[in-house]
Amino acid sequence: MLIWTAIGAVGALALTLVSLLALADRKLQVVEDPRIDIVEDMLPHANCGACGFPGCRPFAEALVQGRALPGKCTVSADAARLRIATYLGVDVGAEEKRVARLACAGGTNVARNRAHYHGLQTCAAAARVAGGGKACFWGCLGLADCSEACGFDAISMDEHSLPVVDPAKCTACGDCVVACPKDLFELHPVSHQLWVNCRSLAAGDQQLDDCQVACTACGRCAMDAPDGLVAMQGGLPVVDYSRPQSRLPIQRCPTGAIVWIDDVLGLAKGPAAKPVIRHGALQDAPS
Amino acid sequence: MSLLGLKTFRHGVHPPEAKDATKDLPIRQFPFAPLLTLPLSQHLGKPAKAVVREGQEVRRGQVVAEPDGFFSVAMHAPASGVIERIGLAPSIGGQMVPALYLAPFPGSTQEVADGKPCDLQTATPDQILAAIQAAGVVGLGGAAFPTHVKLKIPEGKSADTLLINGAECEPYLTTDHRVMLEQTDDIFVGVRYLLKATGAGRCILGVEENKPDAVERLRARLPQDLPASVESLRVKYPQGAEKMLITALLGREVPSGGLPLDAHALCVNVATCAEIGRLLPHGRGIQERVITITGPAVEKKGNYRIPIGTPLRFLLDYVGVAADVNRVFLGGPMMGAAAPSLDIPITKGTSGVTAFRDLEAERTHAQVFPCIRCGYCLDACPIFLNPAELGLLARNREYQRMASERRLMDCFECGSCSYVCPAHIPLVQQFRAAKAAVRKAGAPR
Repeated sequence: MLIWTAIGAVGALALTLVSLLALADRKLQVVEDPRIDIVEDMLPHANCGACGFPGCRPFAEALVQGRALPGKCTVSADAARLRIATYLGVDVGAEEKRVARLACAGGTNVARNRAHYHGLQTCAAAARVAGGGKACFWGCLGLADCSEACGFDAISMDEHSLPVVDPAKCTACGDCVVACPKDLFELHPVSHQLWVNCRSLAAGDQQLDDCQVACTACGRCAMDAPDGLVAMQGGLPVVDYSRPQSRLPIQRCPTGAIVWIDDVLGLAKGPAAKPVIRHGALQDAPS
Repeated sequence: MSLLGLKTFRHGVHPPEAKDATKDLPIRQFPFAPLLTLPLSQHLGKPAKAVVREGQEVRRGQVVAEPDGFFSVAMHAPASGVIERIGLAPSIGGQMVPALYLAPFPGSTQEVADGKPCDLQTATPDQILAAIQAAGVVGLGGAAFPTHVKLKIPEGKSADTLLINGAECEPYLTTDHRVMLEQTDDIFVGVRYLLKATGAGRCILGVEENKPDAVERLRARLPQDLPASVESLRVKYPQGAEKMLITALLGREVPSGGLPLDAHALCVNVATCAEIGRLLPHGRGIQERVITITGPAVEKKGNYRIPIGTPLRFLLDYVGVAADVNRVFLGGPMMGAAAPSLDIPITKGTSGVTAFRDLEAERTHAQVFPCIRCGYCLDACPIFLNPAELGLLARNREYQRMASERRLMDCFECGSCSYVCPAHIPLVQQFRAAKAAVRKAGAPR
């Protein structure tokens, strides 16, 4: 008899709780657009933030609500973006591809060290020790913090310890921009082809003792540029990207510090730039 | 806190003092370099605004740059000469900073141009602070924090005690020691100005017991009417750190993330205090400072009164260095910074120059082993952090966790943990990189 009472009591309790839960399920249900899950599945799950949203799920929500267009996802392939656009019945959105650009050409074959850095082999740590020992205070330290930070394997270090960005893999997520202690990376649309490949604010030819491809602030690019495209500001040329681009400013640059970047043909220096043919590392600068 | 009768704090380390070579050498005047480099930012805060132009002739002591706002100080010409150019100069932090290049006139009288004196009897506290700012005074112990900002007590806070820091716990350096012996009266004049400016009721001068002659002289010259006392402190590093000094002398603890004022105390370096006492009665500005030039690689070791802006290259040429000099520090070996270039000038925050040869420098290249959790660093850390655990977190780049869970931002980089680590783990360097990362993440992008 006792056992039947127990089973009955527990059964009754279970029944009450189940009905409560069933009621709660009805009353408290949050209606979510089922398309969000489907769209999220079509996104790359990289959570890189290049779209400007905190991750793929918030971006999917924004897509479904019409707050963004699929073109914002620079990581997806064209076909994947088109698939999302077709599914949602929206325009793909012509978002121009952006890439990370490095503003330093001072590899070990052209730029000297002034002091030897021992210690933790990361740029962030080296930069805290008197700037890291490179003769040029603005230059790349070559310890690959950016390449390590890149989640898409788009940055590799070349034989002169200079990072090289693969534009095909780069999604403009901005991780390298944060990682670089010298702030040498900037995100730019690929159509920004005229590029100042140096951050040195020092002026004059003595700058070339430290780095042979440094900008000496001679100002030729600004003189040659059509209609205010390039202006000299505090020892460096600054390109006004709101104006039509031109190859004229690179023509007379003596060091090749201002360049023309073409995603297919690569990086082109002007005809007046000294060629760099050295393969080994330069000797240290006298301290 | 007191141990064996002498006041001190808990934890800390005992590096070799190495002060014998220079502690008995009187302060000598250093000659003018042919070209002085005067960075516009020799202090923490906003850089000063230059008020001279290229080619202008200036007199020694003339104001060449004015403070830009409250968090900034003035700069004075260290020599009569001509401003050769205004351009960029390398700094110890690694950046290129705007600077004036001043070429002193050879054979000039180098008479100092005095400004408006600040009279101790009639000046109000705010006038004293303004005079300190106009004199370009910053913390001469090394931090180069503008002194008038430190002395400006915000609403709702108060200081009952002024501490004058004469601990000088950094190995090799003897500048404060010599200043205490040779500028004793200036120190007490400075104390009067500081007491009046802050409204503090009493003053304690803390001196480590390895400078008995300084303690004796300070006690002998102490004016009867000054509410001040001289305390001898146990020799221990980092006794000269502000928070450690407050703990040792007052038995109070500065709360995490707080300032000395939260413990109702104010700390001023003894050399800063002496400069205030020397400059304010004449309305002068800081044109020179006392530094110790020492280290195994230096031939003419000594304590020098050196013009601000003297480049390291000229300085080392003058004192002579061994052929195998390998490393030059601005400051001492514990908290000093290795100079990346010999074009770096001596600034107001430079308390010494130490140079080492190959032999000594080699030792810092020791192989790094994994942490064996021996706990030496825990016994060394003066603010009771856990450097071992912080180091492990730093290796995994868990910078935010270091700050939020392990009080990383309280670390003042004294180097005690790195000094005792038997595995040679560069702990402080990891922490500095981590702190920079946390600050960068916290700053709006």
